[in-house]
Order: sequence, then C-alpha cells, then structure tokens
Amino acid sequence: MPRPMTMTEKILAAHSGQAEVSPGDIISIKLDLVMANELSAAVAITEFRKIKGATKVWDPDKIALVPSHFTPNKDIATASLSKMMRDFANEQHITNYFEVGRGGIEHVVLPENGMVGPGETIIGGDSHTTTYGGLGAFATGVGSTDIAAAFATGLMWVRVPPSIKLIYEGKLRPFVSAKDLILRTLGIVGVDGATYCALEYTGPVVKELPISGRFTMANMAIEAGAKNGIFPVDAVAEAYCAAVGKKNYTIYHADPKAEYQNTFTIDCSQIEPQVAIPFLPENTHKNASQLSDIKVDQAVIGTCTNGRIEDMRQAAEILNGRKVHPDVRAIVIPGSQKVYKQCITEGLTEIFIDAGCVVSTPTCGPCVGGHMGVLADGERCISTTNRNFRGRMGHVKSEVYLAGPYVAAASAVAGHICGPEQLRETAHA
Amino acid sequence: MILKGTAHKYGKNVDTDVIIPGRYCNLIDPVELGKHAMEDIDANFVKKAKPGDLIVADTNFGCGSSREVAAVALKGAGVAGVVAKSFARIFYRNCINTGLPIFESAEAVDAIEDGDTITVDAANGIIHNDRTGKEYKATQLPPFMQDLIKMGGLLRYVEKQLAEKQSA
Repeated sequence: MPRPMTMTEKILAAHSGQAEVSPGDIISIKLDLVMANELSAAVAITEFRKIKGATKVWDPDKIALVPSHFTPNKDIATASLSKMMRDFANEQHITNYFEVGRGGIEHVVLPENGMVGPGETIIGGDSHTTTYGGLGAFATGVGSTDIAAAFATGLMWVRVPPSIKLIYEGKLRPFVSAKDLILRTLGIVGVDGATYCALEYTGPVVKELPISGRFTMANMAIEAGAKNGIFPVDAVAEAYCAAVGKKNYTIYHADPKAEYQNTFTIDCSQIEPQVAIPFLPENTHKNASQLSDIKVDQAVIGTCTNGRIEDMRQAAEILNGRKVHPDVRAIVIPGSQKVYKQCITEGLTEIFIDAGCVVSTPTCGPCVGGHMGVLADGERCISTTNRNFRGRMGHVKSEVYLAGPYVAAASAVAGHICGPEQLRETAHA
Repeated sequence: MILKGTAHKYGKNVDTDVIIPGRYCNLIDPVELGKHAMEDIDANFVKKAKPGDLIVADTNFGCGSSREVAAVALKGAGVAGVVAKSFARIFYRNCINTGLPIFESAEAVDAIEDGDTITVDAANGIIHNDRTGKEYKATQLPPFMQDLIKMGGLLRYVEKQLAEKQSA
C-alpha cells in the first residue's frame, strides 16, 4: 500500500509514474496542458529557439496561447510581442490559439472551453494559473524558461509541495462571496504563509460554492505564496465539466489519513464583506463597512479573479437602478467574449451602461497597470483584481484596495469604500 | 565563482511589480529592462548600483507575478546575486532557470547593513561580510537544482532530455 496522500500528491504521483510521492521529492511530471499569454510567450519563444534539438513543440494540441494582458495591443512594443506569439502559433500549428475577439483572459477562457479538468497537470506562464485548481487540477504558474522547456518536452521538474488544509465552516452572511473568503484566508495565512505549499480548500461552505467561486479562491492561492490551490471534486465540479464538454478526466480524493503541514479552520459566519488595503493582499484587518472614510477615484470589476458571469451578476445586482458617483470612473471588464455576450443577453450590460460604467472588451489591462484604467499620482481604486502592490495599477503613489464585486460596485456608487448593506442603509436614510 | 560587491538592503515582501513594474513588461531586452530595475521601491537603485553589486532582502523576495523579466531586469542592471531570508517560489525557479545566483540565510541578512561590501563564494554558499569579517552559510540547494546550475541552466538539461529520447 502506498502512503496516504493528499489530492495534490496523488495527481503528482500519477503524472510521474510513481506509486507514491512525498513532500520534498523532486520529480519530473508529464503535463496535460501548457499555457502562455503574450508577455510570457514572447520570452518563452525566444528561449525555445535556443534549445538545440528542439524545432517542433512536443504536442501542438496541448499548448494554449492566449493574448490577454496588454491586448487589444496597447502600443507598438506590445503589438510586437503579440505578433511573435501569433507567428509561433501558426508555425507550430498550435490548435488552441485564442485570437483577440475570440477569447479573453486565459483563466476565464480555458475552463469555459473545456480545456482544464480534474486530476490534470497544467502549467502556465502566469502566476494565476492556480485558478484551475477550482476544478480539482494541479495547476501552477511558472516563468518563461519553464514554459520553453515544457514546449519542447511536455515535462516539468517539481518539488512535491507539503499541503495545508483549509476548512471553511459556518454559514455565509448576505453579500459575502468567494472573494471575501479568500481575502479573509490571506489575512489569516499571510502572503508567505503557504510558500512552496499546496492549499486544499475543504469544508461545508466550499461544497456550496459554484465553480466560479472556487476559481476565484484557487486563483489567489499564489497570494499566500502557494504553489497550487485545489478543491475536492464533487457533483458541482462534474456538472461543470459536463456543461463545458470536458471529458476523460480522473478524480482523485485525498486519503483520510493524508498528512497536512498545517490546518486552518475558518468560521465563515463571522466574515463580513472584506477589503484588503494597500500594499499587500493579506491586509484584511478591516471590513468594507469600517473603511467608509476612504474615497475612491476608480472601481474595476472583472479580471481572472472576478470576471465570470456570476461576478458580473453580483455587480449588476448592486448597480441596477443606481448611478456611479460623479467622482468615480467604474470600469467593468467581462473576462471573456462568452461572458461579454452573456452580459448582453442577460441585460447586465444595459444596467452597467445606464449606471454610468465603462464596459470594456476582455483584457487584463488595468490589473497589471497596462491600459484601460491606469491610475495617476495619488489616485485610489477599489478593485476586484488580485494584487494591491505598490504601483500595481499605475503611478507608484496610487493605491489599490481589493474587494469582491458587491463591494466594488457599492463603492463605485457611494464614492467611497462601502459595503453593500451600508449602501442600502444610505439610500433609505 | 566569487561575487563581491556592495549590498543594497530592502525589507520583506519585495514583489515583482516593484522589481520591474508592469508598465515595462512589454520589454524583453535585458539591458532595457535593467534600466528600470527596482524603480518602484527605490528610484535611485539603477544610479547607485554598480555592476557586481548584490541585493540583500528580508523574507518572501520576488513574490507576486510569474514575470521572468524580474530576474532578467536584475541581471540587466548588473546585479550579481540576491541574498534573502526566503524567496517566493516562482521567482526562485526563475532564478535557477535563468542563472541569477540566490542565497537563503536569515543570519546573513540580519547582520548585513545597507552599503556593506560582501563577498559570496557562490559554489559553497558562504557569505562574508567584509565590514565585520563574519561569515554565514546559506541553505544548500537540493542536489537536483545544483546539477541544473552546473549544467548551465534548465535549457541545457532539456537538451540532454531530448538527446536521450532521440537515442532511445
């Protein structure tokens, strides 16, 4: 009998052809999917060309290339990077190249196209590749040289991570979303509390979460320093796979006696809508309702963390029949063309435009200080993105406050940081 | 390999957004990237850092984005290596893959002051503070990673893998 293993250990063992693996082992794993965007691909392609003996990629069907960060191209330098990726996709006959207008943000696009599934190993040239753990995959972000190596071989060296178990108990209060759960988690675990580790999200609360919420939480595993974040696979995950046409996957369950480096039990009944203040995602010491003295100049709703249709619906629920504050620019960015179209079909786009929001084509844009909402000196943004580091969205003296779609939308209306319930009270006062 | 230079000291959680801000991530040339290294944490870094200098930092150096250009920008700015209490994992991999020497030693970091001259014996992980004369030992890399570095980085390892596959 192999040793009792966690989900992550079982997936890694299966992909390295071993009966068992232990934390600390350095193994070579077979990859099911390798992803890059225009920024990471440009460097990866440059490195790939330097590999003697590598003229063709190992499998053109198992590589996904997604222009997303500074696209539609914001300047000539970006256009050159995008072109390099497009030319490489043509040359190598890459099956899954998602041109602008036919894709969006990679971490929204790949799942909705049935390209990621339970039990798979996925690496991406983007730190938020951890997203796919929401569906029970081992998924991790790497740099461009690792991507170049994987293009050539379909393999990657991995140090097997110890696992940390997170148990979410209690009952969610109104307007508390998956984003609030992960922000609170970061406040507890810390930005380097899970360095080199796997985060396993469990407990009755996450069982009730839709896959979109699980993606949001797995997305920000990297914000605790984790290698990957992973959710148990249940009927909700299987229904999602069926809906997007994902087939041929393997479900792994953690053994009851699997070893965890640490376990955190989080009482969700106590969690209010959260805000992470500058300049670290772990700065969640105050709730949205306690930060009403913080005025905001901009609100961003979207990105790989919160750019799915469920997130758009949360924002629309708040913005319906209301107006964005005169001093605020509200920028709504559906994460993919599919989400964009669904916003139109469901009438959400009309709600956003009537409220006075910009509705942008899918892009990572402002989250990385690229375009579509860069901040000036001294400006503040409430944002559903994932990082509030110094200068992240623009000027080094600008500030980003992280929150979920309900809080970002409520703050856009109020003109200052505001919880959804406070907005209601203000309106009735 | 012996690295000798001035230590530029920073605190905890130096993220890749301050090492190379997103607005420069449309660049790939090491020299161009190097002109903006550390710009958002220390606007004078590029002016004061001489080729061969080292960065010394507290915990979780390189957290955040997977952008490999963070390691490339430091190399482009002439940084010879980084000594920190701990590194974020993607940055750590990127350094091993791209050949930017990194050393983990909490004792060394605590004892080094900004502006000290330090000498690092990279092969043996010995960090020497020239001001105090004291020596510190960095955590040893696992053998596999040492081999990767000796081989000249990940791509040389991949070439070996491809050659073995061909002859198999």
